Amino acid sequence: MTMTAEPTPATAPEAPSTTGVLDRVLKVRELAIAAVLVLMLTATQLDNSAFLSQQGIKDLLLNATILVLVAVGQAVVVITRNVDLSVGSVLGISAFAAGDLLHGGGNPVLAVLVAVALGAAFGVVNGLLVSLGQVPALVVTLGTLYIIRGLDSIWIGSRQITAADLPSGFTTFGHDGLGVVPYLALLTAVVLVAAAYFLRSYRSGRDLYALGSSPEAARLAGVPVRKRILGAYIVCGALAGLAGALYLARFGNVDSGTGNGYELTVVSAVVVGGVAFTGGSGSVYGAALGALLLTSINSVLPSIGVSSVWVQAIDGVLLLLAIAVDRVVALRVAGLLRKRAAQTRSAHHG
Amino acid sequence: MTDPEPERTPVLALEGVSKSFGAVRALRDVSLRLYAGEAHALAGENGAGKSTLIKALAGVHRPDSGTVLLDGAPVVFHGPADARDAGVAVIYQEPTLFPDLSVAENIFVGRQPRRSFGRVDHRAVKKATAALFARLGVDLDPEQPARGLSIADQQLVEIAKALSFDARVLIMDEPTAALTGREVARLFGVVRALREGGAAVLFISHRLEEVFALCQQVTTLRDGALIASESVAGLTEDDLVRRMVGRDLDELYPKQDAAIGDVALSVRRLTREGVFTDVSFEVRRGEIVGLAGLVGAGRSEVARAVFGVDRWDAGEVEIDGRPLKAGAPSLAMAAGLALVPEDRRAQGLVMDMSIERNINLTGLRTTARAGLMNRGAERSRAVDWAVRLQVKYARLADLVGTLSGGNQQKVVLAKWLATGPRVLIVDEPTRGIDVGTKAEVHRLLSQLAADGLAVLMISSDLPEILGMADRVLVMHEGRLTAEIDRSDATEESVMAAATGRGGSAA
Repeated sequence: MTMTAEPTPATAPEAPSTTGVLDRVLKVRELAIAAVLVLMLTATQLDNSAFLSQQGIKDLLLNATILVLVAVGQAVVVITRNVDLSVGSVLGISAFAAGDLLHGGGNPVLAVLVAVALGAAFGVVNGLLVSLGQVPALVVTLGTLYIIRGLDSIWIGSRQITAADLPSGFTTFGHDGLGVVPYLALLTAVVLVAAAYFLRSYRSGRDLYALGSSPEAARLAGVPVRKRILGAYIVCGALAGLAGALYLARFGNVDSGTGNGYELTVVSAVVVGGVAFTGGSGSVYGAALGALLLTSINSVLPSIGVSSVWVQAIDGVLLLLAIAVDRVVALRVAGLLRKRAAQTRSAHHG
Repeated sequence: MTDPEPERTPVLALEGVSKSFGAVRALRDVSLRLYAGEAHALAGENGAGKSTLIKALAGVHRPDSGTVLLDGAPVVFHGPADARDAGVAVIYQEPTLFPDLSVAENIFVGRQPRRSFGRVDHRAVKKATAALFARLGVDLDPEQPARGLSIADQQLVEIAKALSFDARVLIMDEPTAALTGREVARLFGVVRALREGGAAVLFISHRLEEVFALCQQVTTLRDGALIASESVAGLTEDDLVRRMVGRDLDELYPKQDAAIGDVALSVRRLTREGVFTDVSFEVRRGEIVGLAGLVGAGRSEVARAVFGVDRWDAGEVEIDGRPLKAGAPSLAMAAGLALVPEDRRAQGLVMDMSIERNINLTGLRTTARAGLMNRGAERSRAVDWAVRLQVKYARLADLVGTLSGGNQQKVVLAKWLATGPRVLIVDEPTRGIDVGTKAEVHRLLSQLAADGLAVLMISSDLPEILGMADRVLVMHEGRLTAEIDRSDATEESVMAAATGRGGSAA
């Protein structure tokens, strides 16, 4: 290696500024959503001082937690350049399974575990179909969405679980908390932090980004592609199952229609949160912020006197806005990188 | 065969390996032995089976018959990870990076240094990357995302990746195609050091002088079969070419004299901010004008702007005296301009479409009748051009992605020549193409010029520029720095202009 020892002096001051700018641009995505969220909440509070009361904050968090949980799982799948549309159906069926067990006098902890296990099992099915079948995830999970919903309807029929069927400890868990922070939100926060840490600090987590960024390169780099995709779907399914159990605890009311159409809200939350649909970028924190933003709009509009029929239109606008911002940022970053590269090169040759 | 080491065990070897894809027999009973401390070249035309052989060694393809031997013992690689764990590092021809990940992560994906509880040690990843870049003499930032890197920089990252694990076997498929002379020299320095450290090296390059500079042994493949495996010493370039092609190459640069006619393409004071500045030149009928320069000098960008893919900010472009509109490729095509782009896989072809469809992409209007496609006309147009350019294919309905690089390039040429252009711009027409096809492409360009076409040829291959061009334009950092006549053009004069200085040939 003696012949290669050539110093590269000119770059030392250049390098940190490159990363600085890029880092800012990439992190700004999460920050931007957080800023919009804070702005919106502050404005609402100024307009209606009862909005951020103790109960108001608690409701805000309670409303968000289930969506955040499912969005975290969805983000893990979307990062691998796939999607899981069956989360709504999985949430519904696992919520009913947990309810059915509790109705029969089962242990609440066991009921939650059953919901998670059921979700994970559907995750295995989705994961196997997507990774072995080499079929687009959009189509596969659209299929399982209907299949699971169908199973749900056949099994449940016209039955429903109501709060009266559940042990009081379970519903209390669904409503109470430490101060203004509900237990459900705490649980969700733990899951969120764990998922983020896993994605950032474990090889298997990094692999998910790699294979979402370029499946072919991942294969050549020896990333166990099928295993990782399967894993992502299991995580997503399990979190949808957990969300089902929490849904039961929070609302106490489950029937065969529970979770219908939920998948689209989840996907919107993930995309608004900056997880690129083309895979390889974004974070679960972003997804969680996206979910928080979408659910907050639901609470904000009524309290400033806007009809809630506007909610869906506004969600849609946010979605388009998010994609537009992503595109603009991507172009800007590309331009920036090109300019940097040109500078480095001229420093090189000049 | 000729080497006297019956007692040495090869680190990695193939014995009697065959591999077929459908009806195509990519490898037929091929054996190859890689020894520690030896650099082995793999020669052969495109489509001779070199890439398949590499993929068999790298665990991407499993041979249909025959064995892979690791330290003399048969092994089965179930995937690239197995080969990697056995110490086989591969640099593929086309860089395979993760655009969203940082350069450092690209290098260490799946093999990151870890801290307690199996957590990735991001700081160590960054540090190790910086160390690798220092060893290669590259000034890339480890935390920069791979997206937006030039092909040369991507290739350097691939090389750093291969060096990052103490490979016992280093396989390099055309690693130098996009590199400057200086970068190549540095890479070779590192490879020699690795070889002296006991690594086995398998090297593929279409630049034969590199084979002779780096390797001790050479194995030649032709049509999937082993032709020879011998010592490089005592071999000449002509010998090697003859083994690869199976015949004598009449001439690699068959430049015909052509009558030079009127100005066909005129570019005046063309500027695209931050990319190139004040570029003026003319190309006449029957003339091949070479556009030389280092990678990143702005040559391809000029071509893209002239064709209308990118807008230009100032200046004008005329074809046969008629001005072109900025940023309108369809108008440029209608005016008689054709551009064979630099990256045939991404820009020149739709890889998942058939040969026929690809050729006809430029002729959707001419082969349609009353708005409906005329399948017969399409087919005859494709057959006509595929045959004229001697594309080697099984069926016209085959996906273009299954062809070898040289044949893919011929399809791109066919696609554009079928439009009957007046001006043809070719960007790196023979990059990554074997010697035989290269000569064919040169003969074709020469013939086209003789028939009155105006040709602008961008190339980083200096002998190609010197051999084919009537006139050489040289760019340096976005500006045209020299215009040299064929008789005055030498490696020294072109390189001096390309580096923007006097006489520092790479």
